Amino acid sequence: MKIYIIGASTTKFGELWGISPRTLAREAVGGALTDAGIKPAAVEALFVGNMLSGMLGGQEHLGAFFADELGLGVPAFKIEGACASGGLAIHAAVAGILSGQYKTVAVLGVEKMTDHKPEDVATALMGAGSEEERLAGATFPGLYAMLARAHMAKFGTSEEQLAAVAAKNHFHATLNPNAQFHNALTVEQVMRSSKIADPLKLLDCSPISDGASAVILTAKSKGQRVKSKDVEIVASAVATDTLGLAQRESLTELKATKEAAKKAYKQAGIEPKDVDMAEVHDCFTIAEVLAMEDLGFYEKGKAAKAIASGDTTLGKSKKLVVNPSGGLKGCGHPVGATGVKQVVELVEQLRGTAGKRQVSGVNVGLAHNVGGSGATAVVHILKRA
Amino acid sequence: MVGIVSYGTYIPQYRINVSDIARAWKKEPSEVVGALGVAEKSVPGTDEDAVTIALEAGIRAIGGIRERGEIEALFVGSESHPYAVNPTSTIVGELLGIGNNYLAADLEFACKAGTAGMQAIAGLIASGHIRYGLAIGADTAQSKPHDVLEYTSAAAGAAFLLGGNKGSKGDKGVIAELFAYTSYSSDTPDFWRRDGIRYPSHAGRFTGEPAYFAHVMGAARLIMEKTKITPETVDYCVFHMPNGKFPRDVAKRLGFTPEQLAPSLTVDHIGNPYSASAMLGLAAVLDIAKPGQKIFMVSYGSGAGSDGFLWEATAALRQFQTVRQKDNKTVREQMEKKTYVDYVEYLKQTHKI
Repeated sequence: MKIYIIGASTTKFGELWGISPRTLAREAVGGALTDAGIKPAAVEALFVGNMLSGMLGGQEHLGAFFADELGLGVPAFKIEGACASGGLAIHAAVAGILSGQYKTVAVLGVEKMTDHKPEDVATALMGAGSEEERLAGATFPGLYAMLARAHMAKFGTSEEQLAAVAAKNHFHATLNPNAQFHNALTVEQVMRSSKIADPLKLLDCSPISDGASAVILTAKSKGQRVKSKDVEIVASAVATDTLGLAQRESLTELKATKEAAKKAYKQAGIEPKDVDMAEVHDCFTIAEVLAMEDLGFYEKGKAAKAIASGDTTLGKSKKLVVNPSGGLKGCGHPVGATGVKQVVELVEQLRGTAGKRQVSGVNVGLAHNVGGSGATAVVHILKRA
Repeated sequence: MVGIVSYGTYIPQYRINVSDIARAWKKEPSEVVGALGVAEKSVPGTDEDAVTIALEAGIRAIGGIRERGEIEALFVGSESHPYAVNPTSTIVGELLGIGNNYLAADLEFACKAGTAGMQAIAGLIASGHIRYGLAIGADTAQSKPHDVLEYTSAAAGAAFLLGGNKGSKGDKGVIAELFAYTSYSSDTPDFWRRDGIRYPSHAGRFTGEPAYFAHVMGAARLIMEKTKITPETVDYCVFHMPNGKFPRDVAKRLGFTPEQLAPSLTVDHIGNPYSASAMLGLAAVLDIAKPGQKIFMVSYGSGAGSDGFLWEATAALRQFQTVRQKDNKTVREQMEKKTYVDYVEYLKQTHKI
């Protein structure tokens, strides 16, 4: 048995003031069902990735909530793993199929953040941190700033190199109609933006966003017809680490990313060099640098310089293209939706339907979704069917 | 035709540099000033409040007018009426000496309560119910220390005496005719202050696109449709100025040039005096406008709504300008007369310490 993504869809990401979570979910799941060419009745279970609906909107019980809203009436689950909720929901769906319980399932990642005050959103997001660090007043920009400082001290990574990550991802976002931002950014603009948590500036940080993404997964046994647009999930791996940074052995790597990647490469039977494009979790620019190294694409301390030289930029890349969707920085980061959106992007790239941002010759794509400051990491590897 | 008979403005002389506020909170001053587009703001004196500011503006508006008893309506719009119950408008009316035959009301609609008063009075005059009415917008704008509003919330007042221009005996000529007015409102809670709470709350970025921009542009388009005017056919535009960026942005989106907007930008000098903001911008334009010139104006109040106006200056404006200049009472002169205070003095004068 192999598991395929037969339908994928995402809403536009952004400050969608006039659009409710219900509408976002209907658009994303409806789009995925249409793409899959199946009726809602064919869906046997729904997995919902979401982080903040309880703290911000006062609405929990999202499994039943969206199963009802979408008219599915099937077993349904809310999966929460901070900003990795979307990736975790896909992993849970894969596990549900592998268990033999379900054959065809829908995964919805959805988040509505812009209806709430920024300080309330920041407080809610900090729910993903450790109690000690939260009570000490740390925020995620602050925690990632510490990771950035450690990387800069150990490897000589510069603020300009970090800024180049944002510039690259904004360039990619200009090619993505569903991205939150369509403005190109220069390294200078990033460097001049307001400091949020030194050395991270405003334009080093992903935005607060609304959006929803959905995929339809199905199991096909040997001999069953596989369509050319079907995309196979060849690896789905999760790893966890301490919630807080204080307990970590190293501040220049995310151990969970390394472990999830190791498991995923083993499941897929591939090596990092076999990956043609990747969507990685650039919640802050330093996070993409860490991801490139922890996923095995670059040696420790070598990624920042390579990214800044255009090594992972569409049209310039000598290696793999990274975050062609615009990443979290350019495409937006509705936290529960992000992990699913990354996989939707992989599906479009593998099918060759990504339009202006199409990476040429993609056979293998990798999605990397992180929760908190690296307490959860989810890695999916997809292949053309 | 209803129009403006006279107007008066008042800006407290105290100023604080936005950089000083930023430094108090360990913010990079250039980043704060750059992000908000405001470098300094007016600060009320320790004995000034919305009543005294409304009164100062009112005195300047009706100073040269003898028949004060003919003012039959007085509306004061403010977010900082000193009393929840006990009207600002009657205290001001009493001290202005306008007699007792007038309709008084305190209006509250965030930053557009003053212009709501202008529209209500215009309607009363147009209906023939009254001949003159005074609309005042005055605020000692509230903001919590360390809230982003603290960098822009200012103090000022503007008063407009409206009247008819029918040519009947005894009617004073108007200095600017009101061609048309519209309003655009919706339930959009972007900024609020509950009863008994000292400082307003706001929904951050929500105060932008779905609030300020949606309503200002909504009212602007309504008035353009109603009057068939285009940005090229007016001489000046005036918008509510919560910061230095929003009015510039909305003017550009609507097709106005920076030159059409520039004379109204009092925010660059004194910040955002809430209910007085757009009215002060209109006064600054009338201080320099020439007869026949058209002025396009849209206010904004959170909650939310915008009032749109199209004015045209008349020949009578020149003489009025001469008097304002002679008395050193133009908006420019009031903006330029200033005494800087430091952050601690600011906190004292606004009764925060």
